[in-house]
Parts: sequence; structure tokens; C-alpha cells
Amino acid sequence: MSLRIVVTVKYVPDATGDRHFADDLTVDRDDVDGLLSELDEYAVEQALQIAENSDDDVEVTVLTVGPEDAKDALRKALSMGADKAIHVEDDDLHGTDAIGTSLVLAKAIEKAGFDLVVSGMASTDGTMGVLPALLAERLGVPQVTLLSEVSVEGGTVRGRRDGDAASEQLEASLPAVVSVTDQSGEARYPSFKGIMAAKKKPVESWDLSDLDIEAEEVGLEGAWTKVEDAVARPARTAGTIVKDEGEGGKQLAAFLAERKFV
Amino acid sequence: MAEVLVYVDHVDGAVRKPTLELLTLARRVGEPVAVALGAGAADTAARLAEHGAVKVLTHDASEYADYLVVPKVDALQAAVAQVSPAAVLVPSSAEGKEIAARLALRIGSGIITDAVDLEAGDDGLVATQSVFAASFTTKSRVAKGTPVITVKPNSAAVEAAPAAGTVEALAVTFSGQATGTKVTGRTARESTGRPELTEAAIVVSGGRGVNGAENFAIIEALADSLGAAVGASRAAVDAGWYPHTNQVGQTGKSVSPQLYIANGISGAIQHRAGMQTSKTIVAVNKDAEAPIFELVDFGVVGDLFDVVPQLTEEVKARKG
Ligand SMILES: Cc1cc2nc3c(=O)[nH]c(=O)nc-3n(C[C@H](O)[C@H](O)[C@H](O)COP(=O)(O)OP(=O)(O)OC[C@H]3O[C@@H](n4cnc5c(N)ncnc54)[C@H](O)[C@@H]3O)c2cc1C
Ligand SMILES: Nc1ncnc2c1ncn2[C@@H]1O[C@H](COP(=O)(O)O)[C@@H](O)[C@H]1O
Repeated sequence: MSLRIVVTVKYVPDATGDRHFADDLTVDRDDVDGLLSELDEYAVEQALQIAENSDDDVEVTVLTVGPEDAKDALRKALSMGADKAIHVEDDDLHGTDAIGTSLVLAKAIEKAGFDLVVSGMASTDGTMGVLPALLAERLGVPQVTLLSEVSVEGGTVRGRRDGDAASEQLEASLPAVVSVTDQSGEARYPSFKGIMAAKKKPVESWDLSDLDIEAEEVGLEGAWTKVEDAVARPARTAGTIVKDEGEGGKQLAAFLAERKFV
Repeated sequence: MAEVLVYVDHVDGAVRKPTLELLTLARRVGEPVAVALGAGAADTAARLAEHGAVKVLTHDASEYADYLVVPKVDALQAAVAQVSPAAVLVPSSAEGKEIAARLALRIGSGIITDAVDLEAGDDGLVATQSVFAASFTTKSRVAKGTPVITVKPNSAAVEAAPAAGTVEALAVTFSGQATGTKVTGRTARESTGRPELTEAAIVVSGGRGVNGAENFAIIEALADSLGAAVGASRAAVDAGWYPHTNQVGQTGKSVSPQLYIANGISGAIQHRAGMQTSKTIVAVNKDAEAPIFELVDFGVVGDLFDVVPQLTEEVKARKG
């Protein structure tokens, strides 16, 4: 038996950098350093663990939809241990929204062939957390999402989802789409050997025509949502800062009383 | 007047506060029609009516509890087909966003998540969002189909506005995908008796500076004196001092209370992402250089083990 795992990873602007919008109100991906979304490292890690714990022949493919530089994210995932990578890149993709991205990812996943898709819980730039559900809908397979624990055994995926009201044990048959949270376990660091090996691993490049997608279906024009305005939040007005010299708690209480919280 | 569908988040018929906030927002653009599913669905009607629901569409089936997400999408889609609403509003929980996204795709509509405000615009509903760890405010709208929008807790005031709240049974046929993901076990969270983190008017949080699970008693005592919820930074959660359900930040809960009190928290970007929109921010930290002080309305540079207990005593004294 063989198991084909596709991990979706996103290349995002560094959250500790000065993230902002470009003139067309899309996320500026040129002026800010990018990297593999930290939350997708957890997805790569879980895919690798599933592969390591399996008696089957497992192949882990990492997939990204993004600009030229998104290759860096793929390299990082390959250096962690993924087997091969697919980069979907096309100028017409600029400005694609979540629904559009899900179309591109779903077509690419189908073309690659899959038994299991593993995604992160959310991208660190868009933070929508909807792509995995959208992929399940498009692919017509079960969604087993937001797992803090996941395992695959004999064609069944199981996991634990820690929700607001309850912690749930979930189960579905493969093929399926899984997403994992940052509670699923620390992601490994690429070893030197891993980094060297990654350089020789195959990275395929696909564009929209490879996926039979028309330019009008994606991009800023094809988006089903429009950002009309983006303004920097005004800096908070400088507050009062006191040094505790024995009365700090009382001073704080006085402030809270003045603001009518007590 | 156009109808606006509001997806009801409830536990056995007890409606959660964010849903009531959605009714307030829905009334700005139309007549709210609520959709309540699962055990206790019909019991939600009285409360929804008090807050403006003209109709409450209900459906109960074991599928809602036994399978993940898809049965609820099927039901909401049936409601959309029945009502032809001007918009669909869903509370912005993790599950709410998943339901909304699948619904949007099915009905060929765009989706906006995590709105913090809604208003009627010339080209339809305009949603305000707070992005990049709340460093930008954007205005967006859905350009195709029926806007599907998820709204964060604390985005509007809950207002009483009595309406008919007529209960109607919703006819739902489950899709082939509905039983794809089985819920094989469920452990309900124990209630702490404190307000729900995302809904609380005041949140008192502790970070690495709290230095141990047992010391969280100091944070809880302050929270209880103020009737607040307790939050924690990821450092405190990862150390095992407090449950992950209480984590505030990018990969935890996003909160927007009237008052946020950060104790022993440095204010990393991922933490700020979950609390930066709080109305009033207060911090106690022994490092005057901690980035959290850039956000505060009032900050105390000091040891939390001195400051917090004194604050708690003073709050109790003032409350009498
Ligand atoms: C992908 C990703 C997602 C993340 N998601 C989250 C998230 O959701 N939420 C989150 O919080 N973090 C998140 N983080 C982690 C974040 O980057 C920080 O590491 C974390 O917020 C630090 O927590 P802290 O402020 O408690 O600890 P520290 O940064 O170590 O700060 C502790 C502070 O306590 C002060 N202190 C110590 N002792 C005392 C004392 N006795 N009295 C007063 N002050 C004292 C210190 O001066 C210091 O400022 C995420 C990181 C990544 C990469
Ligand atoms: N452009 C992209 N390329 C590859 N994977 C993506 C992309 N955008 C989102 N994803 C995946 O979908 C998950 C959720 O993203 P989101 O719904 O955008 O928050 C991420 O953690 C990724 O696994």
C-alpha cells in the first residue's frame, strides 16, 4: 500500500516585520521578508510523523500557491524532510482571495494525486482559517480539522479537536483533509544533512493552464470579495506609566476607578 | 424589508452572547431570521425574539452532534434557499468560520471572516476588519453572491428589540458528505464559573512572569474581584501553567474587552494580535522596556507579586 500526503504551505510576510498593504490594497509581499508560515511548519511536522509511523510506502509532497519567492517556503519544508514540492505560480494569481486560492489548491491537489491533505490551522497573514474546510468541500472528502493530535492507521484518520465547549475525538476514512494546530507538537529544525538533501529534491512548477483554470476565475478581478480601504490603526495615545514604589497596586486601582471599572 | 440570516450559537438552547450581538448588527440592514440547530434549538426562540429575531428556523437531528461541521452547512444552505436573505451572519468561532466558508462556496458567494463592524454601503454591506495583528483597519465587501460574513464577539452592543420570533421548522436533507467525519467521543469542558473569555467585559491575563501554575491563583483572585475572565500568554500555556482554552493571541482566542490587564506578559506580536483592540489596556511588568507598555493606557513597572495582590485588595475595598 502506498499513502500520498500533500501538505499545503504558505509563504507569508514575517509577522515581526512591518507588514502593510500595497497600492492595490493587496498584501505587500515585496517590501517585507517572507518565510514559511510558522503554523504550516506544524503541518509539515505531522505529515512527516505520519510517514515515519507508517508501514506503508509514504510520499510527502509540499504544495504552495504563491509568487517566485514562495520557493523558499518549499525549500524549508523539503529540508525538514518532505520528498518533493509543487509550486503553483502565475502572474494572474495576484490578489486571489480565499475562495480562489481554494480552487487553485484543490485542482493542484487533484492533479498531484492524494490520500491525505495536511494543512496548517490558519495562515499567519490572512488568519482566516477557512482553507482546509474549503478544500474538503471542493475535493468532496471529509474534513478533520483543527487537530491537536492526529494519527493514520489502515485507511482511517483519527484526531483530537479541542474546541470551545468540548474536546472531541474525530474519525474519518481516507481520502481526507486534515488541519493541525500549534498544539500538535513542536516542528523539527532542518538538519544540515536535510538542508543539503533538499537542494536535490524535485520542485515542479505549474501555472494556471496546467490546472485548467481561467485567469478570470482568480486574481484581484476574479475575487468574490473586495478590499475597499485599508488604514493604519492610529497609534494608541501614550499612557501613564508609573514605577512601583510600594503604591503601584493602589495607583492602578485609582486609575480603574477613574475609568469606572470599579 | 430584506431578511438577514443569523446562525445561532447555543448550548442546549442557551444562546451565547455573540449571537445576540449579531442580531443587533443584522437589524441595521434588515430583519433578522435566526437559524438554530441541534438539541434545544426551539428553546432559543424566546431569547432571540427579545433581541429582534422575526423568525426562528429550527431543526434537530442527531447528525449535528455526531458529525463534524457538514450537517450544519447543509442546514444553513437549506435556510438560504428558503429565505433568499440579503446576507448571512455567523459568529466568528473556529467552527463558525468553517461553516460559513463551506456555505459561501456552495452558494457561489464571497466570504469575509472576523468582521468587527458592519454597515450598509452604496454597493451593499461593508465589513470592517482588523488585520496584521490589529495594526490595520480594512473595509471590505462581498462582490459576488449573498454576503457571508463571520463577526467577532464584542463587535456590537446587545440590545433588546422585541420581535415576533415565530418558530418554524426548517426542512433539511443531509448531503452525502454530512456523515464523513464522525465524532467518536466528547469531553465537555468544566465550567469555571467565570465569564467566557471572548465575551467578557474584563480580561485579566498572566504570562511567563507569573512563574508557575500555583501562582495563577493571584491572577484568578484579581479576575474574581473584577468579575473578569482569565487569560494566559502562550508561554504560560506551553509551560503547562494554564489551559490552552485560555490562551490569548494569534493561535488562541482573540479578545476585545472593555479592559485588558496583562501581568508578566512582554507583548509579543502574536499576543498583541489577540488583544490589541481592547478598549482600555493596563499592564504590570517589571521590565520598563517591555513592548506591552507601548499599548497601555496605564502601566505599572514593578513586580507582579507585589502589585497584583495590592490591586486586588484595593479593588475589593473600593467595591466594599
Ligand atoms: C506562530 C506563532 C503563534 C503564536 N501564538 C501566540 C498566541 O496565540 N499567544 C501568545 O501569547 N503568544 C503566541 N506566540 C508566542 C509569542 O511569540 C511569545 O513567545 C509569547 O507571547 C511570550 O509570552 P510572555 O509574554 O508570557 O513571555 P515573555 O516574552 O517571556 O515575557 C514575560 C514577561 O514577564 C515579565 N516578568 C517576569 N517576571 C515578572 C514579575 N515577577 N513581575 C512582573 N513582570 C515579570 C518579564 O519582564 C517579561 O516582559 C506565538 C508564536 C508563534 C511563532
Ligand atoms: N497560498 C497558499 N498556498 C498553499 N497553502 C495555503 C495557501 N493559503 C493557505 N494555505 C493553507 O491553508 C491553511 C489555512 O489558511 P487560511 O485559511 O488562509 O488561514 C494554511 O495553514 C495553509 O496550510
